[in-house]
Amino acid sequence: MAAVEQTIVETQPAPVPKITARSVDMYYGEKQALFDVDLDVAERHVTALIGPSGCGKSTFLRCINRMNDVIDGARVEGTIMLDGENIYDKALDVVQLRARVGMVFQKPNPFPKSIYDNIAYGPRIHGLTDTKDELDHIVATSLEKAGLWNEVRDRLQEPGTGLSGGQQQRLCIARAIAVSPEVILMDEPCSALDPIATAKIEELIDELKENYTIVIVTHSMQQAARVSQFTAFFHLGKLVEYGATENIFTNPTDERTQGYITGRFG
Amino acid sequence: MTDIAETRTTPLAAGRAADRIRKRYAAERRFRLYGLVAVCVSIAFLALMLLSIVSKGYTAFQQTMVYVDVHLDESVIDPKGSRNADDLARANYGALIRKTVAGLFPEVSGRRDKRKVRKLLSPGATYDVRAMVMDDPSLIGKRISLWVPASDDFDQLLKGNIRRDVPESDRRVSDKELAWIDSLMEKGLVEKQFNTRFFTAGASQEPELAGILGAAVGSFLTLLVTFLVSFPLGIMTATYLEEFAPKNRWTDLIEVNINNLAAVPSIVFGLLGLAVFLNFFGLPRSAPLVGGLVLALMTLPTIIITSRAALKAVPPSIREAAFGMGASRLQVVVHHVVPLAMPGILTGSIIGMAQALGETAPLLMIGMVAFVADIPTGFFDPATALPVQVYLWADSAERAFVERTSAAIMVLLAFLFIMNLFAVYLRKRFERRW
Amino acid sequence: MSTFVLTAALLMIAYFAFRHGRSRALAQAGGKSHALHSLPYYYGYYVALWCGVPALLLVVAWTALQGDIVRALVVSDLPENLRTLPAQELTLLLNNIVNIAEGAALMPADNTDIQAAVAHYQNLQDIAFGALIVLAVTVAVAGILFARGRISPALRARNSVEQAAKWILIASSTVAIFTTVGIVFSLLFEAMRFFRAVPVTDFLFGLEWSPQTAIREDQVGASGAFGAVPLFAGTMLISFIAMVVAAPLGLMAAIYLAEYAKPKLRSIAKPALEILAGIPTVVYGFFAALTVAPMLRNSGDLFGLSISSESALAAGVVMGIMIIPFVSSISDDVITAVPQSLREGSYGMGATQSETIKNVIFPAALPGIVGGLLLAVSRAIGETMIVVMAAGLSANLTANPFQAVTTVTVQIVTLLVGDQEFDSPKTLAAFALGLVLFVITLILNVVALTVVNRYREKYD
Repeated sequence: MAAVEQTIVETQPAPVPKITARSVDMYYGEKQALFDVDLDVAERHVTALIGPSGCGKSTFLRCINRMNDVIDGARVEGTIMLDGENIYDKALDVVQLRARVGMVFQKPNPFPKSIYDNIAYGPRIHGLTDTKDELDHIVATSLEKAGLWNEVRDRLQEPGTGLSGGQQQRLCIARAIAVSPEVILMDEPCSALDPIATAKIEELIDELKENYTIVIVTHSMQQAARVSQFTAFFHLGKLVEYGATENIFTNPTDERTQGYITGRFG
Repeated sequence: MTDIAETRTTPLAAGRAADRIRKRYAAERRFRLYGLVAVCVSIAFLALMLLSIVSKGYTAFQQTMVYVDVHLDESVIDPKGSRNADDLARANYGALIRKTVAGLFPEVSGRRDKRKVRKLLSPGATYDVRAMVMDDPSLIGKRISLWVPASDDFDQLLKGNIRRDVPESDRRVSDKELAWIDSLMEKGLVEKQFNTRFFTAGASQEPELAGILGAAVGSFLTLLVTFLVSFPLGIMTATYLEEFAPKNRWTDLIEVNINNLAAVPSIVFGLLGLAVFLNFFGLPRSAPLVGGLVLALMTLPTIIITSRAALKAVPPSIREAAFGMGASRLQVVVHHVVPLAMPGILTGSIIGMAQALGETAPLLMIGMVAFVADIPTGFFDPATALPVQVYLWADSAERAFVERTSAAIMVLLAFLFIMNLFAVYLRKRFERRW
Repeated sequence: MSTFVLTAALLMIAYFAFRHGRSRALAQAGGKSHALHSLPYYYGYYVALWCGVPALLLVVAWTALQGDIVRALVVSDLPENLRTLPAQELTLLLNNIVNIAEGAALMPADNTDIQAAVAHYQNLQDIAFGALIVLAVTVAVAGILFARGRISPALRARNSVEQAAKWILIASSTVAIFTTVGIVFSLLFEAMRFFRAVPVTDFLFGLEWSPQTAIREDQVGASGAFGAVPLFAGTMLISFIAMVVAAPLGLMAAIYLAEYAKPKLRSIAKPALEILAGIPTVVYGFFAALTVAPMLRNSGDLFGLSISSESALAAGVVMGIMIIPFVSSISDDVITAVPQSLREGSYGMGATQSETIKNVIFPAALPGIVGGLLLAVSRAIGETMIVVMAAGLSANLTANPFQAVTTVTVQIVTLLVGDQEFDSPKTLAAFALGLVLFVITLILNVVALTVVNRYREKYD
């Protein structure tokens, strides 16, 4: 892999990049939200995006599966490649993109349907199964992978909105897994949860990285340190520093990064 | 309120200051009183209106009936003995009734009096006897006994709407007729019965034979067309504007336009229907199809506006979740947003339908005021509607129609009440707090 | 009727097209649905749309044009002496022919030329419908063949179907636009015809209204007086009385319910007001004519006033009652939208509740309230049934509420109800009145909606 960015620390291992973003600029109408972001996301690792509020980390995350398309007047320049394919290519089907790049949101947002239907929704719309048995299997394995199977196996037909906050979030993760995505984007998945539920989700993230590429936006630096292998620090819409998590936290090169992680601002 | 004020003002209660404060609180009490009076007056109006309608109309649900023996004389009904349905239908049943009445009042003589005494019974008596014979020709030759409707004046007299104590010259029922009626009542041949005919008959010139079924069926057919046109169109328009449309001048135009259409007087929609549906497309006058189309255009804005509000109330997190799963925009809308908004959309649509049910003016424009005695059976048959029937009866001269009008209004209000109740139920049952 | 059958048949064909498309797509993917770009049923919809939409569009266009074309063909084959009739008589003759052909005429054809024309008309109609059936089915089948040829696992069926769905949604949202366009054009068109017989200035500024005399053909427009000023005056008088009743009652009721009333009273009073709003206007009309008008006349007699039984007062008061809930609900919205901080600021300075309402809330809410009142006025002007049933027909130019006056809407109804020739100035006058009514209410609505919206934005 070619030299990417001056701020990348030399000690970084060189895993295969799953996503490569090059000079990404992002605008909401007249207002520019991202400035010239270059970033490689390593396959089957957890990459954390950190930074103060409004720094553009969530915006960047939403660029990766084109969730910003939903917003009027949002516009992206530059390229983001997923396995060497530009996701902003006109010929690319955004629906298929999102099947490959799943997303988990800040607030758990289960559909007001049964637990089963929540998980089955994705496989159904993407036509992943032909028989009921296959669908049952996907639901079960997704819930298992999300660590929720034992808690809900007897009440799959109950509404997903009746679960506790932490369970709802794991349900949302299971829902994302059900379509076998390659990448899972998580937008502050634990910010609405209590510490015990948070710990469970973090454990889950750690397991999931065996099979999935995960990008997580988080407010908590401890969380970033606990779950991620790579960390990117955003500030005012710019990517300031990016590298292996331990280097960023122990030996940041940019003084803004240092200021943030030592709690001087943010 | 006031006691708090007094305790608080004691330290300042010296001379002019106390005076001022007292005045301010008096003003406060006056203002409150005005408000209370306004509320009470408004509700009093409602009560007065409902009371006046119910008190005028409840009697219409009963009808004075007279018990008569009729000899079904074969020589009158079927002299040829063929039992041919056409012949049976055309036979002179009036003559049978005439004979029956003559039997009841053997002492009445003279052409004028004879006709007058016959007029105590409604012409409906003849129709009822014919219907019985047509139903069962084996009755011919026998004597049958049956209850037949009394004439409207007879009926109104018994209900107290024509008073006995006014001088004969001011009364619609003469002293002679009064005596006849009294003799019938003494014989126990008169009874007030539940007025089934009111619910099973179409319009009629004779108040005692007039019913609302024709108008109710006309209203139903009209509303069916209205619903079938405006509901899908309303949902699709609302969905497009709320979920798909970009914000630009074109969608702004549609939006302003819909808001304005909602406030256009209903009679203008009637003019539109007359000019476009009747004159330009040549659709038939008085047809429920045309009435339904006009009312559909009229209720469309209501449905669109309420549907949009319901769609707006679905939280964006649901949309995000579905988009995040890789659902396409159409799938997000069809699988999640519209089903979740459906209770709200249905509530709005029912309220729109209730408005359409009560609407009169546009239907007058497209000729749904024609006198229609037959009960309509299709979308192209001439028909009228409940509120139009109210208008037509309210215009009729006979005293007996006042009670029918009030009763028709009660039926109309009952339908509206049920529809609104259903809407409230839907809202309560499926309301979701996000 | 037969068009309905044809449409139903086309829908059936489209349904089979759907089944066919779905199974063909599955077959091409070897029964594995994830080998396809889209779910199998999208291929079904894809074929069904190609089959149904063009064919149905053809049916609609054909039915719209068929009548005129057939009529033109019938005319061109009429014998010379009939063909050269003046346009109006020719139209009558044609209507007659169509009625006979459809069995709707009272009299059978009395003349061999007409009988021939009737036969010709029926023949042409049959040919046209037969041709339509053949063409529509051909188009449907061609659509299926075209679409099935394009089915392959790589075909983006979902994207195409969704694109089509989007266009259908767009099309339905234009119905509202077409309604407005329809209203404007139909009113303008008929009103222009009226103004050809009666000058605009006579109509707008004339002081005498007596359209009845103009029925006789020989004096069209000559002596029938179409001066609409008495109608405008009557409309304004009744609307004014209605607002005098509704504005204070509605506004005070809203203030009381929003600021003072205990929840229990509110839970009774608010639904009661909603009931008042839901009662059909024809009921109000009945109430006005049968209860309020006699009541007013009798109480007038007590004071030695002569109140007409169709007085403007009775209609106006009842219309006012009808509008109370309208005023109160808009005022309620507007008052509750005033931010709490304003109220607290006023209370904090020691103002009483009524002082706060009068000096702070009311001024802050004023634009919204004015907008609401304007909407109420527009509704009063356009209200029809109450005035038709309770106000008179005589066009008096008076400001005396005890006399009978007539309104624009009453005249529209009386001019159009009943059987008239559609092109006499009398009936056309109704459209001219409708145009005036539409323009005035439109202006009121636009102003009111702008004011209310601007107010809402201020506090959102």
